[in-house]
Amino acid sequence: MSYPVTNLLYLVTIVTFILALRYLSNPAHARRGNQIGAVGMLLAIVVTWVKVGGTSWWAIALGMAIGGGFGAYAARKVRMTAMPQMVALFNGVGGGAAALIALAELHRVVPPPGRASFDISTAIALSGLIGAISFAGSMVAFAKLQELIQGRPITYPGQKIVNLVLLAACVGLAVAIAAGAQHQWLLWAAVGGGALFGVLFVLPIGGADMPVVISLLNAFTGLAVAVGGFELENNVLIVSGMLVGASGTLLTLMMGRAMNRSIANVLFGAFGQVVAPAAGADGAASAGGSVRSASAEDVAVMLAYAHKVVFVPGYGLAVAQAQHDVRQLADLLEGKGVEVSYAIHPVAGRMPGHMNVLLAEANVPYPQLKEMDEANPEFSRTDVAVIVGANDVVNPDARSNQGSPIYGMPILNVDDAQAVVVLKRSMNPGFAGIENPLFYNPKTVMLFGDAKESIVKLVADVKTL
Amino acid sequence: MTAIVFGHGTQLMFEVTILVLAIFLGFEVISKVPTLLHTPLMSGTNAIHGIVIVGAMLVLGTAHKGPFLWVVGFVAVVLASANVVGGFVVTDRMLEMFKKREPAEPDEAPRDDERS
Repeated sequence: MSYPVTNLLYLVTIVTFILALRYLSNPAHARRGNQIGAVGMLLAIVVTWVKVGGTSWWAIALGMAIGGGFGAYAARKVRMTAMPQMVALFNGVGGGAAALIALAELHRVVPPPGRASFDISTAIALSGLIGAISFAGSMVAFAKLQELIQGRPITYPGQKIVNLVLLAACVGLAVAIAAGAQHQWLLWAAVGGGALFGVLFVLPIGGADMPVVISLLNAFTGLAVAVGGFELENNVLIVSGMLVGASGTLLTLMMGRAMNRSIANVLFGAFGQVVAPAAGADGAASAGGSVRSASAEDVAVMLAYAHKVVFVPGYGLAVAQAQHDVRQLADLLEGKGVEVSYAIHPVAGRMPGHMNVLLAEANVPYPQLKEMDEANPEFSRTDVAVIVGANDVVNPDARSNQGSPIYGMPILNVDDAQAVVVLKRSMNPGFAGIENPLFYNPKTVMLFGDAKESIVKLVADVKTL
Repeated sequence: MTAIVFGHGTQLMFEVTILVLAIFLGFEVISKVPTLLHTPLMSGTNAIHGIVIVGAMLVLGTAHKGPFLWVVGFVAVVLASANVVGGFVVTDRMLEMFKKREPAEPDEAPRDDERS
């Protein structure tokens, strides 16, 4: 295939990717978009296959069979609750591939008397470094989400300084490579250092901040791929990588805004460590009230005789795998003429949009899934707001208590509802260890126990009414 | 140290141009995706950066130049194809679940989520 033909076909691939993203603007035809993108990818692979030709075809086929087989198996088997770690994993392998390509390219162009030009060597250094950070960071995020290592921030004295020095050293190596010191060990050092930095920078980030981290790592991989396009002089890599880079960046910013925190604060704040008792004491003092606990029968009556019920899911819903039971309860209530919807905070769960996927899995029709701006005005017309495994995203301190660590974060105003039911295991503060005055609100009743068991009980009790 | 050598200037300028345009295009398209679909957006863009497989194949295509390129290229192809296949399949699985109202019968049209 000649150069223009190859590139024209690559352009077709680019167009399919753009269409895939465009189709995502509407859930009704989003799936078709993804399929179009997959066809475009297949086209790019076939074109490259023909272009490469030669003797390596069997090695390529073998590699694709192994990688593709693993990818297909994992993607089919993964549970929707485990989606964040799956995305982290696929993100990481993409970054890893970009870093390896950089190593190979330097090896290929460097042997004397060859010397890569400035732009090529800059691209090699950057994609090696960013790819390595993305790979290692994603693997740590995966391990945290899979609970192979603890989800709470891991901190030690001098952490920020160590990270900063390490990053500066890596950037220094990258600059040296770009400026012409094209020794392969320099790039190996940069890639190794980048990987170490990736590990160290994700370790201190708490589980509740994972939506930001995953988005950011997504942007990193996209960037590494785009820069890889410069070293291979390949447009399809540049455009596709940058589309992903833009998407990841935008999501990162959105998640930061949804928590009212700067990205720097998320990355370096080690949020969700056990918070100093002062904050807790403060919150409890201002709340002052007592906690009302209710039985499942009481709550069932409240729900069955309501006009409008809003469920507010959080990560606890995913942990308890209770999405199907919530759906069943909602069905029963709808059968009794209750209007049911779901209010979903942008950072509920462990990745952007996590709750929507869980509820869609449980066959909840998507028009019932309301985003925050749509849900908040509805609460004043709501009889009962049922909070399943969410905490910080409904904490009124974010509105009113300037001393609270989450002050300023936009929240779901569930306390506008006539009554609030909180499903919660115990009175322990949530993941971030922040006191929640909502629990002391006179409108609130607590239904203690495992979320799934509580919902199952509610289903049984509503049936008897 | 010798003077810094730039590659063929027009090619580089062209590449930088499309890079910048792609950034703006990306922001434009992505900002229209509703929060409802942010998880499929992430896994879908994940699949798209699987395009790195093109680079991995090109590297493995030079494998005859030495064992180092063979090994690195091979591992890159394995990683990138896991990225591509896993990304598209998982996105398809997710998007399939988003429905306005559940279908009357659970088993509808045959699943067509196999792809290379």
